[in-house]
Amino acid sequence: MQKILIIGATSAIAEATARLYAAEGAKLYLIARNDERLQLLAGDLKVRGASSVETALLDVNDIAAHQGVLDRACASLGSFDIVLLAHGTLGDQKRCEEEVDAALQELQTNAVSTIALLTTLANMMEKQSSGTIAVISSVAGDRGRPSNYVYGTAKAAVTTFCEGLRARMHKHGVQVLTIKPGMVDTPMTEGMDLPKLLLARPEMIAADIIKAVRKKKDTLYTPLPWKFVMAGIIHLPERIFKQLNL
Amino acid sequence: MKMHGWGRYPEVDAEVFTPQTKREVQELLGRLQGQGVTPRGLGRSYGDSSLGDRMLSTRWMNHLLSFDPESGVLYAEAAVSLQEILQTFVPKGWFLPVTPGTQFVTVGGAIASDVHGKNHHVAGCFCDHVEYLDLITGPDTILRCSPVENPELFHATCGGMGLTGIVYAAAIRLKPVTSAYIDQTTHKASNLREILELFAVHEAEPYSVAWIDCISTGSSLGRSLLMTGDHTRQEKLTVKAGSGLSLPVDMPSALLNRHTIRAFNTLYYHRIRERVVRSHTHYGPFFYPLDSIGDWNRMYGGNGFTQYQFVVPKAAGYPAMKAILETIAGSGKGSFLAVLKAFGKQNRNLLSFPMEGYTLALDFKIEPELFPLLDRLDSMVLDYGGRIYLTKDARMSEATFRRCYPVWEQFQAIREANGLKGRFTSLQSKRTGLD
Ligand SMILES: Cc1cc2nc3c(=O)[nH]c(=O)nc-3n(C[C@H](O)[C@H](O)[C@H](O)COP(=O)(O)OP(=O)(O)OC[C@H]3O[C@@H](n4cnc5c(N)ncnc54)[C@H](O)[C@@H]3O)c2cc1C
Ligand SMILES: NC(=O)c1ccc[n+]([C@@H]2O[C@H](COP(=O)([O-])OP(=O)(O)OC[C@H]3O[C@@H](n4cnc5c(N)ncnc54)[C@H](OP(=O)(O)O)[C@@H]3O)[C@@H](O)[C@H]2O)c1
Repeated sequence: MQKILIIGATSAIAEATARLYAAEGAKLYLIARNDERLQLLAGDLKVRGASSVETALLDVNDIAAHQGVLDRACASLGSFDIVLLAHGTLGDQKRCEEEVDAALQELQTNAVSTIALLTTLANMMEKQSSGTIAVISSVAGDRGRPSNYVYGTAKAAVTTFCEGLRARMHKHGVQVLTIKPGMVDTPMTEGMDLPKLLLARPEMIAADIIKAVRKKKDTLYTPLPWKFVMAGIIHLPERIFKQLNL
Repeated sequence: MKMHGWGRYPEVDAEVFTPQTKREVQELLGRLQGQGVTPRGLGRSYGDSSLGDRMLSTRWMNHLLSFDPESGVLYAEAAVSLQEILQTFVPKGWFLPVTPGTQFVTVGGAIASDVHGKNHHVAGCFCDHVEYLDLITGPDTILRCSPVENPELFHATCGGMGLTGIVYAAAIRLKPVTSAYIDQTTHKASNLREILELFAVHEAEPYSVAWIDCISTGSSLGRSLLMTGDHTRQEKLTVKAGSGLSLPVDMPSALLNRHTIRAFNTLYYHRIRERVVRSHTHYGPFFYPLDSIGDWNRMYGGNGFTQYQFVVPKAAGYPAMKAILETIAGSGKGSFLAVLKAFGKQNRNLLSFPMEGYTLALDFKIEPELFPLLDRLDSMVLDYGGRIYLTKDARMSEATFRRCYPVWEQFQAIREANGLKGRFTSLQSKRTGLD
């Protein structure tokens, strides 16, 4: 029976992932900031077969609260087999260009909070010398694009942080998985005019995440074609890239 | 955002709201201050029932709320899809009491259309298995409705096409099964008279539906394949089909015209040589033959298509079906798959479609000449005492609607008494004079 901690549990991608683990009978500990949705999710996972579901409220930007919440989660589960970090916001890029506070807020939610959580979690996982830390970053962190470079910067920080953390944790038998989804049809992208064909469903991302955890992968591009798309984009010379309005 | 139903006709430019909880739905209704909003599930209704200027997509209200393994009652939010229910509960030995021909519909949509399946003659409609539902009727009201609690609203909401409020959640009685497989028998009928007789002979079979050729005339008028089936006894509760997807995956994707349609119908009919063929098939291909072909609705081209589904009372029987089929065959406009079924008794839901008799559903590509043909079919159906299915419709007139559903005034009175008229609306409700 897997013991799973999810932070940002009400994210559509996290929900879909939790449902797959629940069907396998996992024990889940869910952390999010909206209690109404957290309770709905907890009920849903129980119906699907989770052996137990506990919840806790946390605004990830309340850094002082991290240690306490994580300690309680650990006490409840006993240890962590899998920790999934899924919270995030896709802020308004235009606003981030106009208001310093907006830009910093984006970095706070998408990078600083994640790095803080990972720092605490890494020390807990190092002690237990097992398990997986899976972090949802994004293809947006692979290259700065005019349409979302503040968000992209935060995700790049998370990706780089995870890369270093992976090498550190490797010696302790802890897997660090960096998840880089492409465009996914979730509340985050709702109302954006994205080509339907390129939008993956959260269930597809969830299935890929589960497989990558099982296979002890380091980095997951999901759905897979993004791996090749991003390889192309990463290698575009800057003099060409800067002229594209991506 | 540009929105359409499954038939891709008509298309509207709508504002789409996606509240994530019932509280957010109520907040939205408060903000809209009585401006009309149209509930939207998975958009599998064909025409304009789920379309409006302001649409409320239930999509994120998709949680299972509770399940009682003793009684099989599942309480779920409205956007849970039938596919999701099957995937979760077939392995536990439970099946849907009633399912339409696609699993990509929501619980809310199934209730709003009071959908029927291949077992209507023995099991009735979807809402006949709804224990109760929670209806959001305004910024401050959620009403539990059932045949005993707020019964008037319950019978107006079941089949009420979203015009009485947002179904937030419902409790559905699932049915126990021991297998995910179906024992299927296919019977060949060489004309209309034979197929109607076959339906009578096999009325005790739990599932039955016929594919009918709407192109052939004369002595072959109404030649059909009747498919009957029941859940296999042997225990095997897997969700994924093993192999052998059945027809109609081989549909030609080229332009549809009377020649390709005729060829397809002939091939389909002759794929079975014996008069009776037995097979063993997974519930997927048995109930949802088209679900394995993504976006098959694009096949009809850019103008879209409509599905015409009518029912005529049993008493009108053979002569009615013969006259209507002759009109369709004579027009040369039929579709690939026309589906024929014998319905059981009508229920008490005001705008529910099924009545005891025969129902036929067929697709037509949208083209200007189509509309006069459908008007003509309308008047034939009405003269025989039949009606047309709202969830498939994109064009029936106000007068036709009123004759199809003579209790419309009672429906309207319930909407008015509860302050729902105008608050929950659709393109269809405007076209048919309800708003
Ligand atoms: C391939 C195919 C086969 C089909 N086979 C059958 C069949 O065998 N039998 C049958 O009966 N039907 C059949 N249908 C029709 C389908 O079952 C209905 O149109 C169903 O209502 C679609 O559900 P949906 O979730 O897609 O709802 P939508 O199409 O989005 O909406 C349908 C109606 O329900 C209302 N609605 C949706 N959600 C809610 C809610 N939460 N609260 C209040 N109102 C709501 C909408 O306003 C609209 O009036 C078929 C459709 C397809 C595409
Ligand atoms: N959707 C995509 O196309 C896409 C692509 C690449 C990567 N991603 C990443 O995937 C992850 C999941 O996103 P999603 O697509 O599933 O979107 P989502 O459903 O909007 O999920 C985002 C979640 O983050 C939570 N959150 C935001 N700020 C928070 C805070 N301060 N404290 C606690 N929780 C907070 C949100 O909670 P509330 O709802 O309560 O605000 C929400 O549950 C994110 O990291 C996102 O960056 C998404």
